[in-house]
Amino acid sequence: MKAEENHGNTKKFGMVIDLDVCTGCGSCMVACMAENNVPFRKDESDKLKSITWMRVYKLSNGKPYPETDICYLPRPCQHCEGHEGHSPCVSVCPATATDYDMQTGIVSQIYTRCFGCRYCMAACPYHARYFNWYDPVWPKGMEKYLNPDVSVRMRGVVEKCSFCIQRYQAAKNRAFMEGKADIEEGDYQTACTQACPAGAITFGDLNNPAHAVYKLKKQPNAFRLLERLGTNPKIYYLSSREWVRRAGDNYLKNEGPAKIG
Amino acid sequence: MDSAFIPNGVRRCAPGKFLVVLAVAGAVLLWGVYAMLLCWFKGLNQTNMNNNYGFALWIWADLAVIALGGGAFFTGFLRYIIGKDELKNIVNYAVLIGFICYSSALLILAIDIGQPLRGWFIFWHANVHSMLTEVAFCLSCYFGVLTIEYIPLILENRGIDRVPFLHHLGHNMHDIMAVFAATGAFLSFFHQGSLGGVAGVLFGRPFSYREGFFIWPWTFFLFTWSAAAYGPCFTLLITKITEAVTGKKLVKDNVVELLAKISGWMMVTYIIAKIVDTLYWANVTAPSKGLTLMDFYSHNAFYGVWILILEIVIGGIIPAAILITDKGRKSPAARTTAFVLAVIGVCVNRWVMVLQVMAAPVMTFDKWALYYPSWQEVATTILPVAYGVILIAISYRYLPIFPQEPELNPID
Repeated sequence: MKAEENHGNTKKFGMVIDLDVCTGCGSCMVACMAENNVPFRKDESDKLKSITWMRVYKLSNGKPYPETDICYLPRPCQHCEGHEGHSPCVSVCPATATDYDMQTGIVSQIYTRCFGCRYCMAACPYHARYFNWYDPVWPKGMEKYLNPDVSVRMRGVVEKCSFCIQRYQAAKNRAFMEGKADIEEGDYQTACTQACPAGAITFGDLNNPAHAVYKLKKQPNAFRLLERLGTNPKIYYLSSREWVRRAGDNYLKNEGPAKIG
Repeated sequence: MDSAFIPNGVRRCAPGKFLVVLAVAGAVLLWGVYAMLLCWFKGLNQTNMNNNYGFALWIWADLAVIALGGGAFFTGFLRYIIGKDELKNIVNYAVLIGFICYSSALLILAIDIGQPLRGWFIFWHANVHSMLTEVAFCLSCYFGVLTIEYIPLILENRGIDRVPFLHHLGHNMHDIMAVFAATGAFLSFFHQGSLGGVAGVLFGRPFSYREGFFIWPWTFFLFTWSAAAYGPCFTLLITKITEAVTGKKLVKDNVVELLAKISGWMMVTYIIAKIVDTLYWANVTAPSKGLTLMDFYSHNAFYGVWILILEIVIGGIIPAAILITDKGRKSPAARTTAFVLAVIGVCVNRWVMVLQVMAAPVMTFDKWALYYPSWQEVATTILPVAYGVILIAISYRYLPIFPQEPELNPID
């Protein structure tokens, strides 16, 4: 197998989100929208047409008081690696408008190539992909606050979390100007990671033993969403609560999370 | 008024009556065109699709009309490749219905994409791993083949046939039609299959995901098989409706019964394969993802086991059983019932492989998502039906679609 096919010594960016720490405040969602020029409408009551690259789900253990327990689960794009880069969405896009980068592990979206067939949305089990049902319209004056490093998207194309790839590009540029061979962990952090007041989100290179995520993903309480489907996502979650870990995937009655790899 | 263009030896209704039919179908067509323009100019916010339902009514309509249009390639295959000569009496109509179905599918696809002006990207930036790429290439090529198959029929119009060049062109095209029939059958095996592959490769969606052979999921083969099995039933149903509307017998019973018999036996083999596929999926594939069969048919207001029964038993086993028996085939009522049930069966199959896939939750904390189409989606889906009625009406009036019509309906 070629090095580029198994990431070899290349980077593999990912996240570890501690669900026991997350308070569900939504700061990550707000930061993501501001950083990535995510459009919104005046009336956002129809959530099935909203665009939320980062979405916080509220989970419940379904038990009555006093055993009721809830958990907030932030869900960015899982940047699935699938099998050798064949993530669910990348392999189905007919126009190669979405790509799995073997150098970073980031699943990118090429807005100007997407023609809006939405096959990738049908393929994604996480609902992490969003269609621009409307043209983006910014409240008067707000266009001045848009992030100049991120292109706004037009009606009729799909968009999703990019792991703030513009920040990676900026970090690489800075490193080059400063004569550094590589970027450091703190040089590239996503907006949601930095905005989280509880510090629930940790971001870094899953392949790099010097990065925090490298150790965190190996915690016994770590799990990934829908791991059994073979999507091979790069978002890891931590929770000490078994019902939360069990909510991360589908299990038959006689199965439990502990039995799964 | 237009008698010089009407085929020899047949009688047609008065021009006024014909124009009324065209006007009614044309009004429906214009309604659909208006909705289509709304979608193109205002965007897909005119639909009720959403981020849970990226695929909806239109993709179902696409898959359904292509399956129903499968009668064209399979009848052509039987006529030109296998040598079932009797089918020459219905192959023209099968080609016309196929042409309508495939042109409709392409039109719906053009409306369905978010950036219609970028539709050519699917060819230019083609991703060889995507089933949709294969669909686009094969569908376009096969539509070209159907056009080539339809042209000689147009050239047989009495007025056009008077032009020597066009007369000889039509004659020579007829001579080489076996080549196009073979090409069409080859292309159809692939695009019908890749349409099945569209759903079957979705390994993130346990409801539709299937294992398979090499790069092809089992749905690849099931879709081709079902189109070959059920497509002729649609051709025969539309023939029956045309006979009812015109008040004439247009195709002899032995031709209908032959195609019905082949279709019936194809259905038998298909439905066995479908049942095996369903059992394997329910007992092996889905449990390996932590899901049971009933997870896909419960906890929602619409999708229950009834839809599985409707597809496999009512829309599969029953019509197959009718069509493989001599008694069933020879009874016009039973035969027509079988055609209707078969059309329902294949349409339900395409429905579940598109809409139920979108509806069923995958994440444990997700919910079933039901959807109803907007009027713009309905109108643009009915548009091809109106277009089909118009094209059939014009073709029937001016072209010798049914070679047996003069013999079955002699003019005194």
